[in-house]
Amino acid sequence: MTLIRTQYNRRSFLKTSAAAGGGMVLGFSWFAGCQPVSDKITSIPKEWFDINAFLRVADNGLVTIMSPNPEIGQNIKTSMPMIVAEELDVAWKNVIVEQAPLNSDVFTRQVAGGSQSIRQGWQSLRMAGATARRMLVNAAAQQWEVDPSECSVSKGVISNAKGETISFGEIASAAAQLEIPAEVPLKDVKDFKIIGHDTKNVDLENIISGKPLFGLDLKKEGMQYAVVLRPPSFGQKLKSFDDAAARSVNGVNDVIQFGDKVAVLASSTWAAMKGQKALTAEWEQDGRSEDTTYHNEEMLRLLDTPAEEPMREDGNVKKAIAEADQIIERTYQAPFLPHNCLEPMNFYANVTDEKVELIGPIQTPEWTRQRVADLLEREQSEVTIDMTRMGGGFGRRLYGDFALEAAEISSLSKSPVHVVFSREDDMTAGTYRPASKYKFRAAIKDGKMTGYHLTGTGVNMRNSTREKNFPAAAIENYLVESHNLESNITTGAWRAPITNFLAYAEQAFFDEVAQTIDVDAVQFRLDLFAQAKNNPVGELDYDVDKFVGVIKLAAEKAGWGNAKEGSHLGFSAYYSHNTYVAEVAEAVLENGLPKIKKVTCAIDCGIVVNPIAATNQVEGGIIDGIGHAMYGDFVFENGRAKQHNFDKYRMIRIGEVPVIDIHFVKSENDPTGLGEPTLPPAGGAIANAIHAATGERLYSQPFTKATEILG
Amino acid sequence: MANFNLSINGTNHQVDVDPDTPILWVLRDEVDLVGTKYGCGISQCGACTIHLDGQAARSCSVPVSSIGSQKITTIEGFSETKAAKPLLDAWRKHDVPQCGYCQAGQIMNAATLLKNNANPSDEDIDAKMNGNLCRCGTYIRVKAAIKTAATNS
Repeated sequence: MTLIRTQYNRRSFLKTSAAAGGGMVLGFSWFAGCQPVSDKITSIPKEWFDINAFLRVADNGLVTIMSPNPEIGQNIKTSMPMIVAEELDVAWKNVIVEQAPLNSDVFTRQVAGGSQSIRQGWQSLRMAGATARRMLVNAAAQQWEVDPSECSVSKGVISNAKGETISFGEIASAAAQLEIPAEVPLKDVKDFKIIGHDTKNVDLENIISGKPLFGLDLKKEGMQYAVVLRPPSFGQKLKSFDDAAARSVNGVNDVIQFGDKVAVLASSTWAAMKGQKALTAEWEQDGRSEDTTYHNEEMLRLLDTPAEEPMREDGNVKKAIAEADQIIERTYQAPFLPHNCLEPMNFYANVTDEKVELIGPIQTPEWTRQRVADLLEREQSEVTIDMTRMGGGFGRRLYGDFALEAAEISSLSKSPVHVVFSREDDMTAGTYRPASKYKFRAAIKDGKMTGYHLTGTGVNMRNSTREKNFPAAAIENYLVESHNLESNITTGAWRAPITNFLAYAEQAFFDEVAQTIDVDAVQFRLDLFAQAKNNPVGELDYDVDKFVGVIKLAAEKAGWGNAKEGSHLGFSAYYSHNTYVAEVAEAVLENGLPKIKKVTCAIDCGIVVNPIAATNQVEGGIIDGIGHAMYGDFVFENGRAKQHNFDKYRMIRIGEVPVIDIHFVKSENDPTGLGEPTLPPAGGAIANAIHAATGERLYSQPFTKATEILG
Repeated sequence: MANFNLSINGTNHQVDVDPDTPILWVLRDEVDLVGTKYGCGISQCGACTIHLDGQAARSCSVPVSSIGSQKITTIEGFSETKAAKPLLDAWRKHDVPQCGYCQAGQIMNAATLLKNNANPSDEDIDAKMNGNLCRCGTYIRVKAAIKTAATNS
């Protein structure tokens, strides 16, 4: 048992025994979703008692647990409360989960990004559950006049040595009056009863019956829909516009200019969309008008330019290259990518003299509150943000541009508005995964890689590399450089930023180096890890044993080295978001063309909180990685996106998905990230499998452009 | 604007909207049935799938004026029918959704697949479900759930 000091801000405790929104919590949806279970509490509670900011207990024993972080499909609305419930020792079926609003006084890091929700929330969630449990036990012990150590808890019922029992509901009122203990025990991993067990998505019933959950589903009294006309090209600004036709559309109420944008306000989404299309605007050049061709030429030039300061330099790469028997040099390129959350960007705002109310799908509520307050010159304390479930995030909803638009339009129109992006707006006014290029050079001497030189460049990428990642510390002479190509095209984080492409390039390059020196691709990596373990060069920033562990596990499960006739395997392994992943892709030839049949994946992400949801994330990450490597193509001409909707922008579909075989390393270590880390290795695994099947290398994404290889 | 009488989930609704309004927006904005989702507006993603007289239709591309006497079923109505149970139970068993946004469309399309083909092969599922995008990549579970539902129907 671990003892942990509680670290609570006193303000986080509302020690009132008032029915804190009891009626609100018990919406019809919860009971409607209940399957009758004999020992499930189905009575309606009369009173709720706030035990701490994360949870409240009802007089009938129901427990409401707040899920602090935004839900984008990574399933933390289920897995975060599971962690609280575990330490609280309540039966999961008597838990109601509620999405917490933004409250930075009591919750830390209410962000969905970087695969960090569970990792960074782990201790505070456990502490919240353990503290509440302790207070309930202390209250029961006081009532029984026994020592708390004589009490035990199981599924929301406290027992003492005499065999007396009291339920959480019966003692909640007394517990809510107690002091917060300075120190509480945490469970041993082996005693976990909820963590590590398949637990269904808490929103499942509402999802499969079409209940309002998402930002776009939100309706409020007096609300108008706003669809915005934005500059069609990066580098343009608004010169003038004519709104006569837009104003004549049935249902259009108003047209408002703000900055270089024009908002059409209407009483229905369709009217607002029609109004936006009916606007005629003149645009004028306000900056460079950039093409994909320009980016490609500039990036190639930068790759041949030495950086002023390397990102990392060990040994002497120049010398290793000068003394090499052979130099392998390859360049890899990636296009821009839109995020394409299936729920387009949208946000609700109601700005009044008294307050600024914002509701919608956002990965970064705290940052957004600050930016909205700055924009409207209001105090942050006047701004509230409620988070809806998100129809995907993938990084796009880190950027609150849509929330700021809603706030500005509401402020100007003095009415509640819901800004809605059409798919075309969503795809053309993005914060794209930057286009990037990587050039690798390996110096080969006496059949070994003696030098490694990576130069990366990307659009608005201050550092396009992960210089501390493997093979750093595994090679005597190691040099990583990066160049930024500045652009007026907005770029940003896209699921597994940087590594979503860098990992493919690196893992495809390793495969080619291993082949050149005639060493098995897995053995090639293991040899490098042996160097990093036994004699690390410079700083070692990853755990060699965990890395080797997933590599060996994936190789074993995929039958590496024993591939059956006609089956061609490709290997890839990558460390990101504190998690180790290895993937083996299997390609077969059908009518002479390669097809990916299967991906075997081994993962070390510490304790797996909710296996059924964790495997869903792993499948999704791999499918996302394959889909974008294969099909994702996004081009700019004169600063304007060429692809506007799914008819021209191809995304992976059901028939293009391989079998995925998933193996988690059994672990008692604290959990690490899972939403992103399985994506980066996928591109490399399939590129290497396609090479094994066809003898052809792929250097550029999307792979479908290489029709000579893929047909 | 014009008046239209619509049969939605077995109930009659009268709406006063422009005739070119896609039934998707009539359902979402006028009738408050928001389970049917907007994803692309051009029949490419399947998030807006509904049933018209029992057959799957992309509601983003069907103007209200063309509905006539066809009976509209949305996820809200379908999920309460007996016919939906095997499919919804399979969705529960496989815990299919990630973000969940495309799932109503997936379920509505899968329902008509199973209605016309009680025991679909992988190829049948791929062909019929090809029009339904899932950005999160729950395709493996969608397929598994359809097979489970076929077995339990």
